[in-house]
This record gives sequence, structure tokens and C-alpha cells, in this order.
Amino acid sequence: MSDRNNATAALADVAAEPGVAKPDPILVADNVQRSFGGLHAVDVDHLEMQRGAITALIGPNGAGKTTLFNVLTGFDRGGSGDWRFEGKKMSRLPAHRVAHRGMVRTFQLTKALSRLTVLENLQLGATEQRGEEMFASVVRPLWRRQEREIIERADELLARFRLDHLRDEFAGTLSGGQRKLLELARALMVRPRMLMLDEPMAGVNPALTQSLLEHITDLRDEGTTICFVEHDMDMVMGTSDWVVCLAEGQVIAEGPPQAIGSNPAVIDAYLGKQHGAPPAEELTS
Amino acid sequence: MDYSSILTSGVYGALGPVAIGYVLAAIGLNIHFGYTGLLNFGQVAFMLVGAYGVAISVSTFGLSMWVGVLVGILAAAVLALILGIPALRLRSDYLAISTIAAGEVLRLFYRSSVAEPLTGGVYGLQRFGDELLDLNPVPPGIYEVGPLAFTARDVWLMSVGWGLVALVVIVVYLLIHSPWGRVIRAIREDEEAARSLGKNVYAYKLQSLVLGGVIGALGGMVFTIHQQSAHPDGFDPVVTFFLYTMLVLGGAGRVLGPVLGGLLFWFLMLSFDAFLRELMATGYIPPEILVPSDVGALRLALVGLGLLLLMAFRPQGILGNRREMVLDVR
Repeated sequence: MSDRNNATAALADVAAEPGVAKPDPILVADNVQRSFGGLHAVDVDHLEMQRGAITALIGPNGAGKTTLFNVLTGFDRGGSGDWRFEGKKMSRLPAHRVAHRGMVRTFQLTKALSRLTVLENLQLGATEQRGEEMFASVVRPLWRRQEREIIERADELLARFRLDHLRDEFAGTLSGGQRKLLELARALMVRPRMLMLDEPMAGVNPALTQSLLEHITDLRDEGTTICFVEHDMDMVMGTSDWVVCLAEGQVIAEGPPQAIGSNPAVIDAYLGKQHGAPPAEELTS
Repeated sequence: MDYSSILTSGVYGALGPVAIGYVLAAIGLNIHFGYTGLLNFGQVAFMLVGAYGVAISVSTFGLSMWVGVLVGILAAAVLALILGIPALRLRSDYLAISTIAAGEVLRLFYRSSVAEPLTGGVYGLQRFGDELLDLNPVPPGIYEVGPLAFTARDVWLMSVGWGLVALVVIVVYLLIHSPWGRVIRAIREDEEAARSLGKNVYAYKLQSLVLGGVIGALGGMVFTIHQQSAHPDGFDPVVTFFLYTMLVLGGAGRVLGPVLGGLLFWFLMLSFDAFLRELMATGYIPPEILVPSDVGALRLALVGLGLLLLMAFRPQGILGNRREMVLDVR
């Protein structure tokens, strides 16, 4: 857990306030906006995410977490603003180029490619494949060696995620939890520097949750930056190095997990402003 | 009842140039629908531009037939780009709508009087395949195989046609069993997942549309060159539905699906046809119920019924895998 301490330690001196600067940000976003008609789904002034850390994105339903994810990863191209990944401008890049730059996402509703085998799902994740060009693809010698290397790497990942016994099954036959593991393994085939996980624990049984969590912290310890959207507060508290809370599209609070749980803005956002002591107006009226 | 003549009609139909042309077009459609998941309901449009590419080049401009073949291939690629560049950015149903419309628009344009100087309008174009027939190395005569008899011309054209089918099947096999094929199958399963892994989905869908369209154009060329006649009304929308029936019958998403489906489809169609006519000739079906001129329409209705039954009871076709078919796609 020493790495955990490293990531947390790096963030120790960072003030717990919305939009605060981080010592070594991998992602810097400014004025990110996305509206649907008159609704401002996302309206983030400034947000930085620390390299090598696990950042949790929390917020009540409809806070704009997934929309922010979609905008940052190029899946929703209706947004505006500027964001830079590893110092390079990434705003408004199409999704496939975002992945090439090293930011890879997963989905809330897992997207296993059902009628491809588990191995093929992973093979698909490898980038810069010679054989993916139409004309080169018919000339097997051009890509046979690369394909062997890809299979080797895929097999390592399958073993790591304990999916090796399902290697040649159709992905559509996997259980919900296994699909989550498959999606994570497949994303790793892209060799991401930052993983964006949209509700990685949704629909996963408790036994698998633990192992999925371990995989995520292991990845962080190996140097992958991780950002995830999550509802499960236990997971947020136990896993993340930094928490960002969104409400009504805006960043309303940021801080280390211990501090965020007691942050009044966060409590207001989750429970509504009417909780606890009655508001001042009511007392005076 | 003359059963052997019923069966031989079926076999002629299954092996003949029309079947070859349709099989090629169905192979193209298999790339679109079976592998990439593109709903192309206007494959006939690609056959039409292919066929007329040859016919117009030779009959109207007096060019070589081989130039015509290139023109047809090019025309199909251009058509795929015109359809695909706007429609492939949208949801898949829009491609279905625009392809079915494009097929009809093209057919009506080719038969219009405006286009008549180029296309011959409703009269069509004739005699543009001489160059291929002149290459015929088969000595003249009648070649008999059991109850079947072929002219030297038939033998030559069928060899060229089925040779072309074999070649295309091999190329498709290599494409599908490559990383390129893996990407397009992934797009069929879930576009967004493919995109999240860095695949340029739009570019792959365009490639697939062009490739399947060009194969469709080859199909159009094959049977018009054999008939030595291109006529716009041979390319009405029902052709595309024949292709879908062949494809689903054989098994969509299987390399040999359209070939097997095509053979069987044409065998059944033409032997059924002969069977009905035989029944009428021998008086089993009295003229008050059915006259020979009704057979065509009845045949169409039965193809529709067949497609319906296939989708309901065996959507995976003959070569497909039931287990694979019932996997929930999302």
C-alpha cells in the first residue's frame, strides 16, 4: 500500500476546494459545458486530475457525471470548452482518437461484444494493428507476427483477470461480473495512461466487487491514472485518493475521501438543503 | 408427371448466370449486413450501376468491355461513398431508408427519357458482352452431364462466373478472418465499444459499404453480360429482398452462407415453378384456379412467406449457429 500513500501523499498539501490546482495534473479542463436545450448538464469552470491517482467522481443522480465523461472522452461531441491531456489539447477530438492518445473509457452498461470470443474481444483492444488496414488484411504474412504478440499479451491479461478458462467462449455467455472484468482487460489492451471507468461496480456481486477493486488499485500502483464514476460510497471511501463531487453540472466540492464525507456542500447536494436544522429564513418568518 | 424435368429446371436455375449474379450480390450484402451490421436495402442499386457501367461503356461509347468493368466498379464505389458519407454518421435505420430510395431513384432515372441517349431508357442496352464471348476457349458443341445439357457458351460463362464467385469467396474469407474482419464484426456488435478501443468506426463502415457494393456491382455485370441485355426493370427493389432471403437461408455472417443460400434459393424457385406448370399441364390444377401467367406472382408470394418462416424459425440459416444467434447482443 506504499503507492497508495504516494498518491495520497502527493495530494496531501492540496487544498480541498473546487477547481484547485494539483501538483502533477494529467488532465486539465477549463470551461467545459454541455447543455441539452436549456438544461446545463455540465458546467465545469476548472478541474484538474492528478497523475497516478484514483479520482472518484461522485454526485447525486443527474449531476452530470456521465455527461462529463462522455464529453471528455469524445463520445458526446456537443460540448464546448478546453481540456488538455498530458499537456496536449484534446478538446473535441473524436472518441477513437482520444483512445489513441491514451485515455480509454468503459461503460456503465457493459459493452461486451457478444458474438466475438473473449480472446477476440481483447485482441480488438490492441492499437496500431497492421492487419486492421483493409488491403493489408488479406496478406497474412504482413500481420501474422504482430497477431501472435497480441495474443500473447491478451493471454497474460486473461490470466491476470482469471478469465483464461473462458478464452474461447463467446463474450455473450459471460455473467455480468465477468463482463466487467472483460471490459477492463480489453481497455488495458489499448495500453491506456488514463482509465475512465463509468460505474465499474454497477451490477457486480459483492464477491467480485472485492477482486475488481483490487484490480483497480493494482493498476494505479503500476502507474495508470484512474478516474471513476461511482454511487457506492464505501467503494469511493476505500479506494480513491481524491474525490470530486458534481451537482447540477458543477464541481461543488473536492478533497481527499475522509474530508469529502463531512463536507456540508456534499451533504446538501445528496440530501437536499432541508436536512438537519431548519434554514434561517424559516426561523425568522 | 415428369419429375426429372422439374429437377433439371431447378438445377439449371441454381447453376445459371442469374444465380451467379445474385450470389455475388448476396456476398456483398453479407459483408454489409452479416458482418458489419449495416442495413442496406438497396443492394440492387449497386448491381444496377455495375451492369450499366459495362452496358453504357460498350453500347453507348464503344469502349472495351474491360474498361466497362472498371467503370462499373468505380461507379459502385462512388455510389457507396455518396450514400455512406452522410448516412453512416446517423443511426443505422437512416442507411436503410436512403439505400432503398437510392435504388428506386437510380432505376427510374436510368429508364427515364432524359437518360435515354445514355442508357437506352425503357428499351435498355444490348450486345455488350461480345468481348467475353469471343474469348471462349470451349470448343463448340453440346456438353451433357446426365440429364443436363449445356452449350459451349453456357460452359464458358458458368466457368467464368463460378470462378469469380470462388475468387470473391476466398478474398472475403481472408478479410473476415483478419484483424480488419474482427473490427467490422465488433462494429456489428457494438459501435461504441469499438470506438472506445480506438477504432475509427465511420471509416470502417465506409470501407465495408464500398467493398460490398463493388461485389454487388460484379454480380450485376455477370448476369447482364450473360443476357447481353441490360434493362432497368430487371433492377427493382424486390431483387434486394431476394438477396436477403438467399442470405438468411444460407446463414448471414457465414462466408459460404450466401453461396449455399443462393444455390438452394434458385433451385427451389425454379423447380417449384416447373412443378406448378407441370401440374397445370397435366390438369391436376384446373385453369379456373391457376393459369400459367399467375405462376410468377405466386412465386413471389411464396418467397415472402419463406423469408417470414425463416426469420421466425431459423434466423441463423443453414450454416449459422443457433447458440450464437440467441446471445443477447446488448
